[in-house]
Amino acid sequence: MNHIDLSSVLRQTVSCDLYSNLVTRPTGAAVRHQIERLLDDASDRTLTVIDFSQVSMIDFSCADEVIAKLLMRHEAADSPREAYFLFRGVTEEHWEAIEAVLERRGLALVLEQADGVQVVGALSAEERRTWETVRQLGRPTTAQLAERLELSTADVQRATEGLRRRRLLMRAGDGYVVVGAHRGG
Amino acid sequence: MTTVVNVPPSLDDHSFDEVLRQLAAAPDDAKVLLDARHVRWASPFGLTALLTFAQTRAELPALAVPELEETASYWARAGFFRHAEELYELHGNYPKRAAGSDSNVLLEITSVSKSEDVHDVVGRIQQKAQLMLRELNLDAKATVGFAMTLSEICQNIVEHAGRGGWVMVQTYRWTKRLGRRVVVIAVADAGVGFRQSLESAPGKERGDRWDDAAALEDAVIRGVSRFRDPGRGQGLAGVRRYLGRWDGKLSVRSGTARIAIVPNWDDDVPLAEHLPPFPGAQVQVTIPERGSSQQSPPASGRTQR
Repeated sequence: MNHIDLSSVLRQTVSCDLYSNLVTRPTGAAVRHQIERLLDDASDRTLTVIDFSQVSMIDFSCADEVIAKLLMRHEAADSPREAYFLFRGVTEEHWEAIEAVLERRGLALVLEQADGVQVVGALSAEERRTWETVRQLGRPTTAQLAERLELSTADVQRATEGLRRRRLLMRAGDGYVVVGAHRGG
Repeated sequence: MTTVVNVPPSLDDHSFDEVLRQLAAAPDDAKVLLDARHVRWASPFGLTALLTFAQTRAELPALAVPELEETASYWARAGFFRHAEELYELHGNYPKRAAGSDSNVLLEITSVSKSEDVHDVVGRIQQKAQLMLRELNLDAKATVGFAMTLSEICQNIVEHAGRGGWVMVQTYRWTKRLGRRVVVIAVADAGVGFRQSLESAPGKERGDRWDDAAALEDAVIRGVSRFRDPGRGQGLAGVRRYLGRWDGKLSVRSGTARIAIVPNWDDDVPLAEHLPPFPGAQVQVTIPERGSSQQSPPASGRTQR
């Protein structure tokens, strides 16, 4: 698992130790490119913690460049690798901008919180229910999920694969786990 | 021949139009003297617009500075003369150096032309904003939104104007209209303006009605951007949400129009058209003190302190 401290990346990017604010599109684009460079050294299937703990604030433009475009690139069919992201240290101060860009782009992500992990953003009721059930069951197989959700196996496969393509669920053996499942919850 | 323009005694986002009206007949390369000797008060919009105005003139304009000592002193503390010395031929006496800082000036006039300038502005405002918003009875949650608002508005210059602009942040007691304190952000540039920026969008189709007002409605109300990327245009939408939450006002002037998101406490018109033309874009954000318990009694007017 990789850990990327956004404030460190920001300092490398804007060449100034004083800045702890993720603001402006050029800064956001530069931070995202630096994250991509760090991912280049990772394996084909990676889980990366994007850590906001030391970031004072993020504005809409920067959230769009760093978060939305990062997620979009790795959700895309031609994504360079199977990359999953867990967002750590996201506070209420960061959330307004992040929520706005997720809604605008129809994206979702997994937040790590003190009491576990949580999926946020644009999800259908069916997607949210499936994700929550996977989280509760730990590492369910398709059959176990179908039984719990009272759906056909085909419907469950469609839902879980959709969530995997959105990088919200990971395959684990013959089952699925939520991103960040190692954190419990 | 020099065209002399009388600057109104109270210079703000509305009275600045009087300056422009007096210039309507003067050619762009005419020598202009702005007579500000009798100015008693200028809002952040007024001061940043004066600097922006100078950028639009082919011939170096002249400015007769305010005669009232406390007004000139305030303009110095706001950082006006430091920039004006490069943009105007200044006439009259004014403080060469600002005598101390002004606690009401949260951010003195600062030039913005690149992304690093926005970082600098946001970094400088954060600590002061926290204290100031507390004084205005706004809770801590307002601080981050305030910095985001400042950041997004300044970015409009970097992203769209095509040339540098100015930003200033100040608090003052708005006795005439509100009887309460307000914090005001003013951002002004003499760049391409909203209409020309949107016209540069690939495949942009102009409707039957396409002018500065339509461009402002597209950008401010509908979140349209010159970029095809659907992620663009979120900045002003976010600013509107923030101001809606804190009962604030957003006013954007560009070309010959001004659009405003008007809260209940204000009586401005939502859209003003056929204003005297002025290049670029000028944005003003006003956030009032919260609650009525600290209202001050109405006073006769505003003076610069």
